[in-house]
Amino acid sequence: MFDNVDALLLARIQFAFTVSFHFIFPAFSIGLASYLAVLEGLWLKTGKPIYLDLFKFWLKIFAIAFAMGVVSGIVMSYQFGTNWSVFSDRAGPVIGPLMAYEVLTAFFLEAGFLGVMLFGMNKVGKKLHFAATLMVAVGTFISAFWILSVNSWMQTPTGFEMGANGQFLPGDSWAAIIFNPSFPYRLVHTLIAAYLTTAFVVGGVGAWHLLRDKANLHARKMFSMALWMAAIVAPVQIFAGDMHGINTLEHQPQKVMAMEGHYQSHPEGAPLILFGIPDSEEKRVKYAVEIPKLSSLILKHDLNAPLAGLDTIPDDEEPPVGIVFWSFRIMVGIGFAMLGLGMWSLLARWRGKLYDWPLLHRAALAMAPSGFVAVLAGWITTEVGRQPFVIYNLMRTADAASPLDAPAVGASLLAFVVVYFSVFGAGTWYILRLMSQTPHSGETGVKRGDTGPIRTAGITPGPTQNPGSAETLPRNREEAE
Amino acid sequence: MAVNVDLTTVWAFIIAFAVFAYVVMDGFDLGIGILFPTFDVGPERDRAMNSIAPVWDGNETWLVLGGGGLFAAFPLAYAVILPATYPLIIAMLLGLVFRGVAFEYRWRDPGHRRLWDAAFTGGSIVAAMAQGMTLGALLQGIEVVDRGYAGSWLDWLTPYTLLTGVGTVAGYALLGAAWLVWKLDGPSQEHSRKLAKRAAWATFVLMGAVSLYNLLLNVEYAQRWLSAPEIYYAVPIPILTAVIAVMLLRALSVERHSKPFWLALALFFLGMAGLGVTMWPYVVPPDITIWDAAAPERSQVFMLIGVAITMPLIIGYTAWAYWVFRGKVGHEGYH
Repeated sequence: MFDNVDALLLARIQFAFTVSFHFIFPAFSIGLASYLAVLEGLWLKTGKPIYLDLFKFWLKIFAIAFAMGVVSGIVMSYQFGTNWSVFSDRAGPVIGPLMAYEVLTAFFLEAGFLGVMLFGMNKVGKKLHFAATLMVAVGTFISAFWILSVNSWMQTPTGFEMGANGQFLPGDSWAAIIFNPSFPYRLVHTLIAAYLTTAFVVGGVGAWHLLRDKANLHARKMFSMALWMAAIVAPVQIFAGDMHGINTLEHQPQKVMAMEGHYQSHPEGAPLILFGIPDSEEKRVKYAVEIPKLSSLILKHDLNAPLAGLDTIPDDEEPPVGIVFWSFRIMVGIGFAMLGLGMWSLLARWRGKLYDWPLLHRAALAMAPSGFVAVLAGWITTEVGRQPFVIYNLMRTADAASPLDAPAVGASLLAFVVVYFSVFGAGTWYILRLMSQTPHSGETGVKRGDTGPIRTAGITPGPTQNPGSAETLPRNREEAE
Repeated sequence: MAVNVDLTTVWAFIIAFAVFAYVVMDGFDLGIGILFPTFDVGPERDRAMNSIAPVWDGNETWLVLGGGGLFAAFPLAYAVILPATYPLIIAMLLGLVFRGVAFEYRWRDPGHRRLWDAAFTGGSIVAAMAQGMTLGALLQGIEVVDRGYAGSWLDWLTPYTLLTGVGTVAGYALLGAAWLVWKLDGPSQEHSRKLAKRAAWATFVLMGAVSLYNLLLNVEYAQRWLSAPEIYYAVPIPILTAVIAVMLLRALSVERHSKPFWLALALFFLGMAGLGVTMWPYVVPPDITIWDAAAPERSQVFMLIGVAITMPLIIGYTAWAYWVFRGKVGHEGYH
């Protein structure tokens, strides 16, 4: 059934599919791990049970999201070899070690302490448990560091030599490879995106519960915390995104040309095209709504600065303009909507109506998944904008694929699509169900057992909180053994 | 060049260590998945699951290290083996997806717990089978032309690879049952001991069959095992394996704690050593040696620094995580 389709195209669709699905989970768990660490830290510092309740409420959700991230991530670590073996052979000496460092310094750290974080509070005590939570949060950060370094190297490769056998070989300095020109910008922009994604999910869940009961203290607390994050971080993100864009203009000009829809060069100031329909046949943006010279102002900080267009790039080195143009606009549009909601929340605070403004709550609920859309749109912008290269200007995607037949790649793609939608669809449903449960005092943690008074004990209810309760008994029995 | 030879050998041992760590650690939790349908629905299944819930994620990380490490240290081997065993790798990954999410989902959705239990078992069997068959496909040789896989896409499917696949399923079941003997008590422990004995016999038979098949598979393999001087360090392996096998069967009749598990581990270690004797110095038989596939010295040195610093820490906190959840699993599970 796949005989008439190109194996390369199928491999590209497969990678786009598996990496997009995977990216959703870390984009959430990076931020959520930090939020959990903050909640537990506040609980230890203030002793207020509301923080512990919120910690447990979100810990259950984290457990599912993390499991989905782990299993979809294992797939990614093998996708390079299964579908892109020529790329793996040639780029392995440079990017392989960075990915090995990710495993050694991040994956083991996260996985090693996750068990204690989920199930161990009664076994190790509060402080060690907090340390485990911190380790998991730090692990997610380190993981982002390495994998974004790898990705950035593929965008802006530096610090390598070419081997006689066609391999990219490391040069004198690993720092030149790791800290390649686009890496600092990409790291900051992506990490902030992960935090914003989580903030809007937490804010949306808080809003949902406020709409049902505006007096719910737990919902108020999470809504307030999330919207502080949105109000403070959204502007920072727009600034960071602008810096990242200027960096891209310097190192990958044709990506920015595609983002801007600049088919033609503009020697005396380029317009900012707000909307329009890029037509790569006619090499122009149809029905363009544009603001004269604004693009030059944003990218060059000078109204009359010349900007080159795609007419300066050979046709076979142009990225697909339509996808990049649109995904970029979706990302930026959501970014400004996030900023808007953040500002609105400040106004609501100032007027004392943060918990009593249903329209604001509805808006926050509607924007709950916006971070995921923005993150994926941004990712598509940067990855599709790198095409037709897998390693920018040095190796074409078309030359990177494994020597596989189309039926093999097509069948595995079909299997991934079916399995991911059913398995991760179920997981998403479970997460939504947990989110819809009203957060309350005495939250239970990650449950491990059948229903019943003894087996429903959560991770914490410790002796100090529920003295003599049923939950403490099994623990004592276990310790006695 | 002398330095490079040493580093490449060191890296071959590091990858072998990662693979071994993966096989024994994820081996026992995949094994529990394989045996899961034989446990009673209810507390027995819950306890079996709880005995590995806090550690499975760390166990699977060794697979990422094995794959990622191979990519980094022997990129050519990674680039050849994965396309050659493509359907097996995809099947393994999808199997791991199903069993991985089952850990969380079965608790979240009691109405569909049977479904997720089946996913846990099915995923575990598929993953174990695919891993064993991948090993078989590697041992039977992979056709390479011009740094790329040159065979067809069903070369991996032979009676030999089916044998290695079934052998791996049996071996993992042994590890899983031995783990449960250690972690459970009462009737569940008795049940696990019975399972462990059967799995042990299956493992011995299949291990022996694979070993003999290896001698017929490739003249070079037979030479390495049957000619001097290799034979002097090869011969102790089967002898020790037989000794361990007898000790394991005896331990399974009387022991109530960890001894069968450690002996099963020793059995796997000897299997790994035998594999080393068979393959050395090839990473992709019959053409690619570890030196052909090795990353350049700069990559090897850079990663070796990382391994030297992080591996003791990883082993330390992994051991701590196991220590936290030591002892028999309670009926109420971990909290």
